[in-house]
Amino acid sequence: MRKISLSQALNEAMVQEMEADEHVILMGEDVGRFNGAFHVSDGMLEKFGPDRVWDTPISEAGFMGVGIGAALTGLRPVIEFQYADFMFCAMDQIVNEAAKLRLMSGGQASVPIVMRAPQGATGRAAQHSQSVEAYFMHTPGLLLAMPATPYDAKGLMLSAMRMNDPVLLLEHKLLYGAASPGGGKALSDNTISDIGSDVPEEPYTIPFGQAVIRKEGHDVTLIGTLVMMHRALSMAQELEKEGISCEVIDPRTIVPLDEETILSSVRKTNRVVLVSEDVQRGGVCSEISTLITSKAFDYLDAPVVIVSADNTPIPFGPASESEAVPQYDDIRDAVYQVLKDI
Amino acid sequence: MNARKPEQVAAPFDFKGISKTLLKKMYLRMVRAREFEEQLYYLFLSTPMPGTMHQATGQEAVAVGVASALEPDDYVTSTHRGHGHCIAKDVPLDLMMAEMFARRNGVCKGMGGSMHLCDFSRNMLGAFGIVGAGIPIATGAALSSKVRGSNQVAVSFFGDGAINEGVFHEALNMASLWNLPVVYVIENNQYALSMPNELVSAVTDLSSRGCSYNIPGKTVDGNNVTAVYKAAKKAVKNAREKKGPFLLECITYRMRGHARFEPASYRNKAEVAEWEKYDPINRFKQSVIKEEKLTQEDLKKIEQQVEKEIEEAVAFAESGEHVGPHDYLQYIYEDQTLVGEAA
Repeated sequence: MRKISLSQALNEAMVQEMEADEHVILMGEDVGRFNGAFHVSDGMLEKFGPDRVWDTPISEAGFMGVGIGAALTGLRPVIEFQYADFMFCAMDQIVNEAAKLRLMSGGQASVPIVMRAPQGATGRAAQHSQSVEAYFMHTPGLLLAMPATPYDAKGLMLSAMRMNDPVLLLEHKLLYGAASPGGGKALSDNTISDIGSDVPEEPYTIPFGQAVIRKEGHDVTLIGTLVMMHRALSMAQELEKEGISCEVIDPRTIVPLDEETILSSVRKTNRVVLVSEDVQRGGVCSEISTLITSKAFDYLDAPVVIVSADNTPIPFGPASESEAVPQYDDIRDAVYQVLKDI
Repeated sequence: MNARKPEQVAAPFDFKGISKTLLKKMYLRMVRAREFEEQLYYLFLSTPMPGTMHQATGQEAVAVGVASALEPDDYVTSTHRGHGHCIAKDVPLDLMMAEMFARRNGVCKGMGGSMHLCDFSRNMLGAFGIVGAGIPIATGAALSSKVRGSNQVAVSFFGDGAINEGVFHEALNMASLWNLPVVYVIENNQYALSMPNELVSAVTDLSSRGCSYNIPGKTVDGNNVTAVYKAAKKAVKNAREKKGPFLLECITYRMRGHARFEPASYRNKAEVAEWEKYDPINRFKQSVIKEEKLTQEDLKKIEQQVEKEIEEAVAFAESGEHVGPHDYLQYIYEDQTLVGEAA
């Protein structure tokens, strides 16, 4: 099968859905003339024209609101935020409007809107590096997907565009692939694999709420998203050589979360390491840890260990950035820690 | 005195070209809006009503004048002070009243209450409880109309307080840039809670604020339903003919406090008394009678009709089932299998 990058997979999903459904439009900063800051909307303005692909002013709250208004009245907008950090400019529209309208209206309103945003620390300092999933996981009414592979990106994006509630897809800049800025860096990082880059050309969907087991194992369960899923998987392969068998789970969607896949793995391995690039305080790992301790406490043979970013804005200097966000060897240390009583 | 004096604002009524049927409809809608809120005020005093409400007493001519210029499928966004906009858009009083009572037969199934009244069957996209939030949303409805080629116009009502929110400026810029069929209506009731406009806005000629975005504007007497209607009609017609958005400022006065029993002690009694003389419903009444456009009987009949409607609305609300403890679960996501996630 052909291999494509994650940004190409997202592009293909959008193009196919826009061809199939004339109500789908794309809006965002530089998505047209510039093909998107990470080339995800490559060629789309040319293909669909300015009534379907809207290059917006730098007005995140404004164009998010415009997208909601369009979604309430028959269109199905896809909104690209150039960096996930920029979503905070649009928080009122996302949290108070998009997420709450179905309930506030007693089910009259649907907001079929997909937000996409790249996140993650890649040397761009504090305002272009944050991992934002916890803010949106915390907002009832939103759905949240975090595709780590091109295959998942296409299938989840197609699902998202067909849902009638607001969906956020958080993507990692390092995973976009060779076609995008930052992609070259990822290719030289051998902890990031090309798993899931065999992508069928025809449209397909991946249901939300279905995790995938990237590698089976019986000693420790490793759960990670985006780049951290890749690093956990790479580490699991390395630890295999030491005789440690790790099971690696990629939740793929955080809301909804596939609790059963996580809990049955925990019941099997009895030891858990959670890996994420967002900060630990109030983060996704804390949430998954709560799930595990409340529903599988009796199965645990060691405290759950969380590998996540320090509670800090992402610093610029490379040595500081590396210290603040989880590194490859941190995962190894965490696995040793949950196994230390054996 | 912080507010403008009514005599600086007041314009004579102009009934030219307005049919008797439309005049009756205007009066009906204004009286409905007034009496609906008066009934609520009484209910809040006399019974344990849930939540709160914001009255637009004295501002009825703005909602009704603008809505009279719209087609039924045109879009409207409103504010936390939105009962009148809903009524002007012909949302049934019984459904609205039941919502105020938090009953299942309410227009939002008891999930929204006063500040989130909406009726999607009438393209009333909602009262938004966040100041200014409806402005880009109405702009998006206009964009949608343009993309779908549906010829619908969108109107966003908001107060003088909203024009200092960033989304006002962001939305106006996009509307002008993309030539969207939207009319922005500043319902200038002269107070953003306690703050008169001159203490929060560097430019107090609010309709001129569109000039940064090349959007024309006009300021009218907002307590004069014919003045509002005529200005809105022109703006809506232009928008529908793809001649671009418009910024209409309607100067009015909030006769009551900000919310239910807030006494508005930040303004003096003389100012309120002055504006009371320019009540939009009384002025309309006096003018239509004086100019012999409608008769006392016409007006009386409408008043009696509204009185009956309000009684029926309260009875309808009281007959509704109370919202149950788990009702909300069905409104978080369309996909009900996600409810486990919610609960």
